Amino acid sequence: MTFGDITKKLKSVKWSHYIAYIVIIVFTVICMLSGNLKRTDIYLLEKIGISIILAVSLNFIVGFLGELSLGHAGFMCIGAYLGGKVSSMLVGSMGNGILTLIISVIVGGIFAALAGFVIGLPALRLKGDYLAIVTLAFGQIALIIFQNSNYETFGGAFGLDTPRYDYNSLYIIIFVFAIITIAAFQNVIRSKHGRAITAIRDNEIAAKATGVPVTQYKLFTFVMAAFFAGVAGVLYSYTQSKVQCTHFDYNYSIEILVMVVLGGMGSLNGSIAAAALITFLNEKLATVLTGNLAVLQNIFYSLVLILIVIYSNAPAFKNIREKYNFKKFKSLIMRKRDPGYISDDEGSWDRIPTKIKMDELLSVDISVQSDKDGSTSDSTGGDENE
Amino acid sequence: MEQIITTIINGLSLGGVYALIALGYTMVYGIAKMLNFAHGDIIMVGGYTIFVFMNATGNPIIAAIFAAVVCVILGASMEKLAYKPLRGASPLAVLITAIGVSYLLQSLSQIIFGPTPKTVIVADLGVTKIGNVTISNSSVLTLILTVIIMIALTLFIKMSKTGRAMLAVSEDRDAAKIMGVNVNGIITITFVIGAFLAAVASLFYLLKYPSISNTMGSMPGIKAFTAAVIGGIGSIPGAMLGGLLLGVIECIFNSFSEIAPYTDAIEFGILIVLLLIRPNGILGKKKREKV
Repeated sequence: MTFGDITKKLKSVKWSHYIAYIVIIVFTVICMLSGNLKRTDIYLLEKIGISIILAVSLNFIVGFLGELSLGHAGFMCIGAYLGGKVSSMLVGSMGNGILTLIISVIVGGIFAALAGFVIGLPALRLKGDYLAIVTLAFGQIALIIFQNSNYETFGGAFGLDTPRYDYNSLYIIIFVFAIITIAAFQNVIRSKHGRAITAIRDNEIAAKATGVPVTQYKLFTFVMAAFFAGVAGVLYSYTQSKVQCTHFDYNYSIEILVMVVLGGMGSLNGSIAAAALITFLNEKLATVLTGNLAVLQNIFYSLVLILIVIYSNAPAFKNIREKYNFKKFKSLIMRKRDPGYISDDEGSWDRIPTKIKMDELLSVDISVQSDKDGSTSDSTGGDENE
Repeated sequence: MEQIITTIINGLSLGGVYALIALGYTMVYGIAKMLNFAHGDIIMVGGYTIFVFMNATGNPIIAAIFAAVVCVILGASMEKLAYKPLRGASPLAVLITAIGVSYLLQSLSQIIFGPTPKTVIVADLGVTKIGNVTISNSSVLTLILTVIIMIALTLFIKMSKTGRAMLAVSEDRDAAKIMGVNVNGIITITFVIGAFLAAVASLFYLLKYPSISNTMGSMPGIKAFTAAVIGGIGSIPGAMLGGLLLGVIECIFNSFSEIAPYTDAIEFGILIVLLLIRPNGILGKKKREKV
């Protein structure tokens, strides 16, 4: 293989598919190499990793299935409590090592997935507002149950004592889990299952008529998203020495939703970036805005929710959206043309692949026209195209 | 026996509050086809307005009137600024905006009034004793006024031109538009009525629980939605029935000390199970989905 082949191969790779992994890996490696990080920085890194997992998994429900889940913190709560319980039980016999962590992550994830299955069942009959309320109610039920639990089992109102993992390696483990999460969702979304799920989002009845098993896919979406939310919960329990259920309240679900909306519904890379940004802002603003001013942050979140959703969905802004969108901006920078976009002053047809080009490829002899006279070939091309 | 009667009367008056809130939900849902998540927070705004004017004037009637005015203005402006631009957009977008509005109202009131709950004694109406049964007058007043408001609202919808236009819009928005109904105006009126009912509900709620915080609206809001679903969303008698039923259920469960901490969980459980078994509620109409 020559050097040219390698560069050719590298060029053919769709980098946009891998950019999230590369950024996360490079970032983690930089953090590892930079040596002794401060405790606060480590906390921040851990929180960012957990937020990424949560935002990506919620985006799977909101952005790809097109349903709203307000109980994502509830799934996380179940994962944190059950996984945390398992880890605190295993610590005595197996030590606070990676094996304990993996076992408790799997257990917490599975229990959260079971909850996702239970919540997914109403999702089969309900949608939109009703489903949002059911997920909200579920989150509240989970909170109330854990809050009123026995002191011996889950600590009740005092919170559950969980082992804290080693400071210098937990954030790396969390980032590894974040990468696994992103890979899992990306692979599902780019498979036929992902296309089926987006088909349900765009038109459920049409999807059903085309033979998509809507029931199974809705359940699957909820179970998978809940599983990873549970994983995030277990990882969260490892970052704390005590899991308090007040952390997983309604506001936390909204915060995850803000990440998804800010990053763009249906864009995994956007969710990752927004999760990192908002977690970072949360942490940094908490030091600046103290006391009553801390609410300014919530005002900012709510305004972000309202303005972004109105801007990107209102029929009145359709023209502006089409004029100044991110895709166009990107193609301007990358010097790539968006094939779906034809500007008004574009006179010639030769830039977009018409049937003429297909004929050329199939070596049908139409060169008589195309060599001599451009205009006739254009007109025939247009006719054939129609 | 006496305790049972007291519990049921208390439950009915709490149910009356829920029914008033649920009416706002149900009307907005029926006519604008959206779930107004911020409806519960209108109660909170009403509560704070009552608090401010009770401190300023000390007259509960003036405070209630101002609360109604503030809530109506808030309801109308909320509809104009946040929901009207999204008419015709996907339901998910409208829902997220409504959540944003709810969150915004909560944060704003927290920044204005601080995080600590405020206490306000609106009016002490005393208690009535019938034999061995002790009933607080505010409960009876709540119940009576709720029933009067319900009847007035039903008459308004059945008899007046605006009410009939509301029915038409909820039935088929496009057809109503063709027949000359001002759809946007009707939707605004719906929000205004809903906000007014929420203001009344906030007054009654404060008579029962005289503590105001920035999240005080969210719990009754969700419960009122549960009530609206129990009765069948879009149905006005359904909202009343569901509200009263839920209020009685809540008071009965709260009277047992073992179950009391789980009351909210049980109510939400009822909501989930009900939506699974009968999503149309008791009095709701069944709708078939068309392409």
